[in-house]
Amino acid sequence: MRTVHDIAILDAVGKSFDVGKIRNDFPILKQRINGKPLVYLDNAATSQKPQAVIDAMTRFYVEENSNIHRGVHTLSDKATQSYEAARVKIQKFINAASPQEIIFVRGTTEGVNLVARSYGAVHLAAGDEVIISAMEHHSNIVPWQLVCAERGAGLRIIPMSDEGELDLKAYEKLFSTKTRLVSIGHVSNALGTINPVKEMIRIAHEQGVPVLIDGAQAVPHMPVDVRDLDCDFYVFSGHKMFGPTGIGILYGKRKLLEAMPPYQGGGDMIKSVTFEKTIYNDLPHKFEAGTPNISGGVGLGAAVDYLGRIEVEGAMAHEREVLRYATSALAGVSGLRVIGTARQKTGVVSFVLDGIHPHDIGTILDDDGIAIRTGHHCAQPVMQRFGIPATARASFALYNTVQEVDALVAGIHHAVKVFS
Amino acid sequence: MSALRELYQEVILDHNKSPRNFRTMAHADRRVEGYNPLCGDHYTIYLKIDGDVIADVSFEGKGCAISKASASVMSSVVKGKSKAEAELLFEKFHHLVTGEPDATDHIENLGKLAAFSGVSEFPARVKCATLAWHTLHAALASEEAVVSTE
Repeated sequence: MRTVHDIAILDAVGKSFDVGKIRNDFPILKQRINGKPLVYLDNAATSQKPQAVIDAMTRFYVEENSNIHRGVHTLSDKATQSYEAARVKIQKFINAASPQEIIFVRGTTEGVNLVARSYGAVHLAAGDEVIISAMEHHSNIVPWQLVCAERGAGLRIIPMSDEGELDLKAYEKLFSTKTRLVSIGHVSNALGTINPVKEMIRIAHEQGVPVLIDGAQAVPHMPVDVRDLDCDFYVFSGHKMFGPTGIGILYGKRKLLEAMPPYQGGGDMIKSVTFEKTIYNDLPHKFEAGTPNISGGVGLGAAVDYLGRIEVEGAMAHEREVLRYATSALAGVSGLRVIGTARQKTGVVSFVLDGIHPHDIGTILDDDGIAIRTGHHCAQPVMQRFGIPATARASFALYNTVQEVDALVAGIHHAVKVFS
Repeated sequence: MSALRELYQEVILDHNKSPRNFRTMAHADRRVEGYNPLCGDHYTIYLKIDGDVIADVSFEGKGCAISKASASVMSSVVKGKSKAEAELLFEKFHHLVTGEPDATDHIENLGKLAAFSGVSEFPARVKCATLAWHTLHAALASEEAVVSTE
């Protein structure tokens, strides 16, 4: 918990954060859409990329492209060094104990599937239980349903309040001798709720149960220290944190990863292969079969470097201010209801508007150059919980401004006018 | 006229606000649900069939303005039509909203359906405009009294 004193310091530091300068780093933000300046408020779906990331990937293809590992020629060595250097950057970024605990995957979805398949294969038996929450993205529901159905295990769901906060008392009661794993989102993509994952991990560990955290919506907005959290697995995607698509990270504690069977078989994940016996490679390569997304890894490393150059507390203070401004401005729109009003939130504002379906809002806002997402946000159980088919969602990144919130509000009034 | 005005024409806004034939039908011969899981749009279409003719049609459900107006306009234009005539209208409507090259050739024959000509500029909204029609098609094709497309 931050104290009042902390917040005052952050605000003072926040003044040094220059959002105009940050915006210049993202070339796409200069675009016009339908003749209007682009107002990009779909960051929870994917973030835009700074020039530094685009340049790093171009440079890789222009100067270093080659396949990694086992190559004796110069380019292969350069490519391997760039790829492995990215792994170390990511290790430091989340404060993992070793680069061997950093597994490159395609994204958060593959990270969850890897753990569900590999950890589940060893640890889930008939009657066992996995705890997830009522606000999970489909990617942290369906992999567990698949493995549970296969092994005769079941899911237990942590309920949430009308504000979109998890019920920790109910959570504690879900544990039994059959609980094998907890898998929860750090931040809800549909509601913006920041879950008290450190406390939830502590509770699970008291019961001897390991915890996977889906950090896809957290890493772009706050420092994450996996050792401080003491999570057993942490997964996230590169493309939501200003890196490229198709690359993401599974962090796992070494002793857990070492005890898990491989997820996919192929090249690079073995030490030796004969038809009689195959010996698997060491971490992290055991889980990285086949030629990986090398340029993606390099790009993600560049995104980590980019974030490292940003004044973090200032960026966080700025994002909080944009959220506060947006929440207050949208509250002034007649007939608008915000879905997800947790006390701790990132910059996500999901809303519904009387008499106008989210899809129509989305189309009309697009005409004004404003990009938001409409629909169920791959979180249908969240929609069911609130008794709505869909929401309109504006989600902010560190480059968004209060002027863009003003444009959003004007766009919503435009939608109301079209339908009046 | 801007693309947005073309999309949200008066006819569409009117049918969205006051949908025609928007009611449950008791003793329907066919009852089919149409569901678009991507956006949550969900309609039920009811038919009374007299031989080869759609004697009555009604619908209920929820969705965006385009999908609701489309269901409403459809219900008005297919009432009293033969099954084959309704299918032909669907084909023409589909050409219109997907912007097929010959779509505008017959626009004068489309009557109120012509109001959906603006949809072709919004590819993401084609599925909204065609949901009710796909549901009607399933209802006409089915021999069962009650079927679901999902």
